[in-house]
Amino acid sequence: MFYSLQIVALDLGIKMVTSFKNRDVVSILDFTRKELETLFEYADKFRKVEGKLNLLNGKVVSLAFFEPSTRTRLSFEVVAKRLGADVVSIIGEEASSIAKGENLADTIRMLDAYSNIIILRHRYEGAAKYAAEIAENPVINAGDGIQHHPTQAMIDLYTVKILFGSIDGLVYVVLGDLRYGRAAMSFIYGLSLYKPKKLYVVAPQLLRIRNEVLQILKERGLPIEEKNDVREIISEADVLYVTRIQRERFPDPMEYEKVRGSYIVTLDLLEKGKSTLKVLHPLPKVDEIDHKVDTSRYAAYYLQARLGVPVRMSLLSLVSGVEI
Amino acid sequence: MSSENIHTLVVPKILNGTVIDHIPAGRALDILKVLNITGGEGWRIAVLLNVESKKLGRKDIIKIERRKLTSAEVNVIALIAPTATINIIENFVVVEKFKVNVPEIIEGVIRCPNPTCISNKEREPVKSRFRTLSKDQLVFRCEYCSTIVTRDDILKLIIR
Repeated sequence: MFYSLQIVALDLGIKMVTSFKNRDVVSILDFTRKELETLFEYADKFRKVEGKLNLLNGKVVSLAFFEPSTRTRLSFEVVAKRLGADVVSIIGEEASSIAKGENLADTIRMLDAYSNIIILRHRYEGAAKYAAEIAENPVINAGDGIQHHPTQAMIDLYTVKILFGSIDGLVYVVLGDLRYGRAAMSFIYGLSLYKPKKLYVVAPQLLRIRNEVLQILKERGLPIEEKNDVREIISEADVLYVTRIQRERFPDPMEYEKVRGSYIVTLDLLEKGKSTLKVLHPLPKVDEIDHKVDTSRYAAYYLQARLGVPVRMSLLSLVSGVEI
Repeated sequence: MSSENIHTLVVPKILNGTVIDHIPAGRALDILKVLNITGGEGWRIAVLLNVESKKLGRKDIIKIERRKLTSAEVNVIALIAPTATINIIENFVVVEKFKVNVPEIIEGVIRCPNPTCISNKEREPVKSRFRTLSKDQLVFRCEYCSTIVTRDDILKLIIR
């Protein structure tokens, strides 16, 4: 199988590179800038390819999503199928033997036996790392609790690269739920691999960035500053990254009510910024962005969602030992 | 008479067992707690608090007769009293002496305080695992969920 993959790959002008092969994707921090740039070069190529490729013929990709998902699960499924792989899925705990009391370790062992790549989303922090320790085949983290969402960060960084030509030297504002939002955290971790001019983080008091995250960012020397009001710094921003308040993570619904609707991005706010300002959002969004923004020149979140396909195509190919 | 002589008179040498020396002052009782030593075991145990020490100014000492510590127990002591030295005594003689060392990786010793860390999930055969960020300040990071644990948290997180 390895040999035939190589032939297909070579026919497409693809070379075999080993640094990604069989690699677990647990955190964006496990990657170097150079590796991400390689990934983005291949995403550039996948963007130009339509229809089905046969790079992963004969491979099986498992989707194990124990938390709700639209874009991540669908895009991984589309990507696996477009690359020629077969897909098996567990959607929610009730549909699997986990509902009968089976632990995650045994579920992962079964997926490992039946498939070549496991894509896992789970509400426990560290679930993907744990699964990666158990499985022989690569595990890709599609979200572990409030912690990591590395493939979303890859997509977000790639979107910035497409929009601005570079990820370095820009002013970023990350607005929203920085306590529970794994996409925002992963994006910020991803920025720590680059040289942003400045990173402002703005969150309601209850949803400020967690200590352990600040500790990691401090270790990595990111020029980060906490602000209370997005209006103070909107004029400096190149990228405004907005996240939803993660209602499902609140241990106490009363706490959610305290912060619900505490920020909203409107056209009025954006017009105080640069004309080239772009708004990113990992989606789903609820009411934190006024719908009038959706069709404005500022909205980049639908492009961001579309870029999930070429970026994840690149990643699945690379992890399977195929690079373009 | 020097203060050292007074201590020798008050606390006789032990025949077989362990002496934990150079414990930072005030931590000896915490160590007894995590070692599950209540005094009901029937062994002779001496606990000296706030003894003069050239190195530490003040220190605590524990002498436990007929008890040798396991390596897991030594690891726990390292997290509470990183300056401690362990003396293994046989026939009144120190046969082994070593300093406790805060390991780079601490596995299965303290639990993660984050309830949604995978290491706390029921029925999973997973051991907690922390990476030491600072041996002096006693700062640790959960390898699974990145939660930071510091000196003050440790006592309540020890897995008994």
